Amino acid sequence: MSDPLLRLSGLTKAYPGVIANSDVSFDIHKGEVHALLGENGAGKSTLVKMIYGLVKPDSGTMTLNGAPFTPPAPRAARLSGVAMVFQHFSLFEALNVAENIALGMEDAPKQRDLAAKIKDVSHQYGLPLDPYMRVGDLSAGERQRVEIIRCLLQNPKILIMDEPTSVLTPQEVEILFKTLRQLKAEGTAILYISHKLEEIRSLCDTATILRLGKKVATCTPAETSAKELAEMMVGETLHVPERAAGEFGEVLLDVNGLSAPAPSEFGTALKNVCFTVRAGEILGIGGVAGNGQDELLGALSGEVRAPAGAVSLRGKDISRLGPQERRSLGVLAAPEERLGHAAVPDMSLTENAMLSGAIRKGLVSSGFLNWGKAKDFADEVIKAFDVRTPSASNAARSLSGGNLQKFVIGREVLQDPDVLVVNQPTWGVDASAAAAIRQSLMDLAEKGAALVVISQDLDELMEISDHFAALNEGRLSATRPIQGLSVEEIGLMMGGVHDHSGANLEGAA
Amino acid sequence: MDLSSINPILLIASLMVSATPILLAALGELVVEKSGVLNLGVEGMMITGAICGFAIGVNTGSPVLGFMFAAICGALLSLAFGILTQYLLSNQVATGLGLTLVGLGLSSLIGKPYEGIKSPTLQKMEIPILSDLPIVGRMLFSHDPMVYFSIALVAVVWAVLKYTRAGLILRAVGESHDAAHALGYKVVRIRIMAILFGGACAGLAGAYISLVRVPQWTEGMTAGAGWIALAIVVFASWKPWRILIGAYLFGGVTVLQLNLQAAGAKVPVEVLSMSPYLITILVLVIISARGNHGAPAALGKIFHASR
Repeated sequence: MSDPLLRLSGLTKAYPGVIANSDVSFDIHKGEVHALLGENGAGKSTLVKMIYGLVKPDSGTMTLNGAPFTPPAPRAARLSGVAMVFQHFSLFEALNVAENIALGMEDAPKQRDLAAKIKDVSHQYGLPLDPYMRVGDLSAGERQRVEIIRCLLQNPKILIMDEPTSVLTPQEVEILFKTLRQLKAEGTAILYISHKLEEIRSLCDTATILRLGKKVATCTPAETSAKELAEMMVGETLHVPERAAGEFGEVLLDVNGLSAPAPSEFGTALKNVCFTVRAGEILGIGGVAGNGQDELLGALSGEVRAPAGAVSLRGKDISRLGPQERRSLGVLAAPEERLGHAAVPDMSLTENAMLSGAIRKGLVSSGFLNWGKAKDFADEVIKAFDVRTPSASNAARSLSGGNLQKFVIGREVLQDPDVLVVNQPTWGVDASAAAAIRQSLMDLAEKGAALVVISQDLDELMEISDHFAALNEGRLSATRPIQGLSVEEIGLMMGGVHDHSGANLEGAA
Repeated sequence: MDLSSINPILLIASLMVSATPILLAALGELVVEKSGVLNLGVEGMMITGAICGFAIGVNTGSPVLGFMFAAICGALLSLAFGILTQYLLSNQVATGLGLTLVGLGLSSLIGKPYEGIKSPTLQKMEIPILSDLPIVGRMLFSHDPMVYFSIALVAVVWAVLKYTRAGLILRAVGESHDAAHALGYKVVRIRIMAILFGGACAGLAGAYISLVRVPQWTEGMTAGAGWIALAIVVFASWKPWRILIGAYLFGGVTVLQLNLQAAGAKVPVEVLSMSPYLITILVLVIISARGNHGAPAALGKIFHASR
């Protein structure tokens, strides 16, 4: 093979108390798609930030085309031909596409010329975009296009992509992969970060696996099975969640004609959502982010009052009840946003346990808080869900995302709900913790609860749900049994093409 | 009541004079807020600018030097706010309120020896041809240079925000500091510069009151103009030309109600005195009622580059 385009040798970076990267070395060649694999906290993002000039390494060197490469800032990295597509935080919703792209360029041309260039390049790579649209009005897939086009306009030698497919429909993933293969053919090297193993196996030429900041292996993903990759990532044998196929009981949650206006300018209105969930059943709701997931959770948990008659529990209308009243009846929810929605960041775990469990766990007596009982409950959750924290008196903010997620889900599961609604239960959680969370959800269903699992991770929904429906622009597709459903069909459901001939099973029953 | 005693030419001319300080202060605050910082210390920076400008004006006999010094003092005071909020990450609301209190106290301390003195004031700028026009000439074209400067500044701020890269970066920082940081922009430095600009504008605004509009020093002479400037920024939906409308409206109603009082209108003085505040807020609320408020998304949020 020729000389590498980018060579990393012995990169080390330590933060107070944590070693993010320790002696990481690997090469990236021209026209290569190189995967960077690892669990949360394995040090992937720190490594990438060093290449992009956001973080300086403590020791170790990088060479680009044989010359030493020490970018002091992202600007310098961009000038040397390193471009990055971020997972979050890099678009400005109130600005338009062209303005957003201009912000990421060193020598942005005039708006009009830039707009023409954006149109050209976006068509050339099969990612059409309107330069004058406000980014706040775009779908997740289109927003990602903005980022990709922003990078492509600078003719990068290396393109870094941080979990690019986590918010895309299967069809959008196909388009993205086509673009990436085209870039690869043109000689661009791509550093691809993901934890979706099947994607990496189909797209990437080589994979470097990180665990706890160290490089574990470099391998050829096409010749390694997904299970082997996962085990290298985690460092232990993975167990796949399972449960016996049970019989479903009576209808617990019945949602009929649920409509609600959009709560904010960038929100989504719910339009005539209908579904039922029976005891022991898990209904998986898929869909690309921003198609009404938060709003649906809000309408089911009681944060937003639904129109009368839209939501009923065991045939009793609960539409006009608030969250506390619904909680006392057994309808619980765990929202997506961990900090600020599911948990109060600056309060301790005990206090957070009190906030959600007060009614069902009897933590309040005649208006007085029983802190002893609340602490016991918090400890119970910490123990049962292996939440890693020094104690229950630590602030929710101090926990890592995965650990807080385990706490937030565990807190609801241990309140023995009749109906549990969760949104993105394993978002940002590493593989073994995600497996544990899914297992607990399935165990809960087995005990006779009805579950609604809203998620953007299709593999997760395929694994745990009994029935599947997709949200698109606030409309819910017909509910279909998960067995026998192909990825293509799911993609079409998510894209809003509803197959009405596929009878609504619940309606027929 | 004798309405004929109100001269429309003089009314418009004095309207422009009375609106200029609010216009300057609001324009400065607009830039600060566009960068995502909420500085509630406008009143304090204004009154500091008023006394500093006045003192230098009296001692040197040059109002121009007075204005320059007022801008520097306003900027210095705002720098204290900038260091506290941007580097030491203090709460912007509390720090801004503190800044107002500091400014009010500081100005009365400095101002003690200057009470009852008259300051040199800016000469009217005679513009050839335009100033000689009948009616319009006296109404619009026979003012001091600061009036024209303030209007020009509206156009400059508008054009910079809309058409230049610097303006785009400023807006981006105010929309999402995390995203701007990820792209490698120096969020804190950009915000400090915006804060300094806001401070300098507030200083000029204060000096305009003490050197041109009144022109002498009395304790607390800004009388809430800084607060009105803050309100105008919000109700003008963070748009420069709407700030001009808001400031002139406020100035206009202020002058008009004074004239009405002098003409002996049969309306209680209290109602007349509150009318500029009421009418300005009412009109701007109606203008901004049709959605799209355009508040910078990161307004008032603390940025720390740890992530």
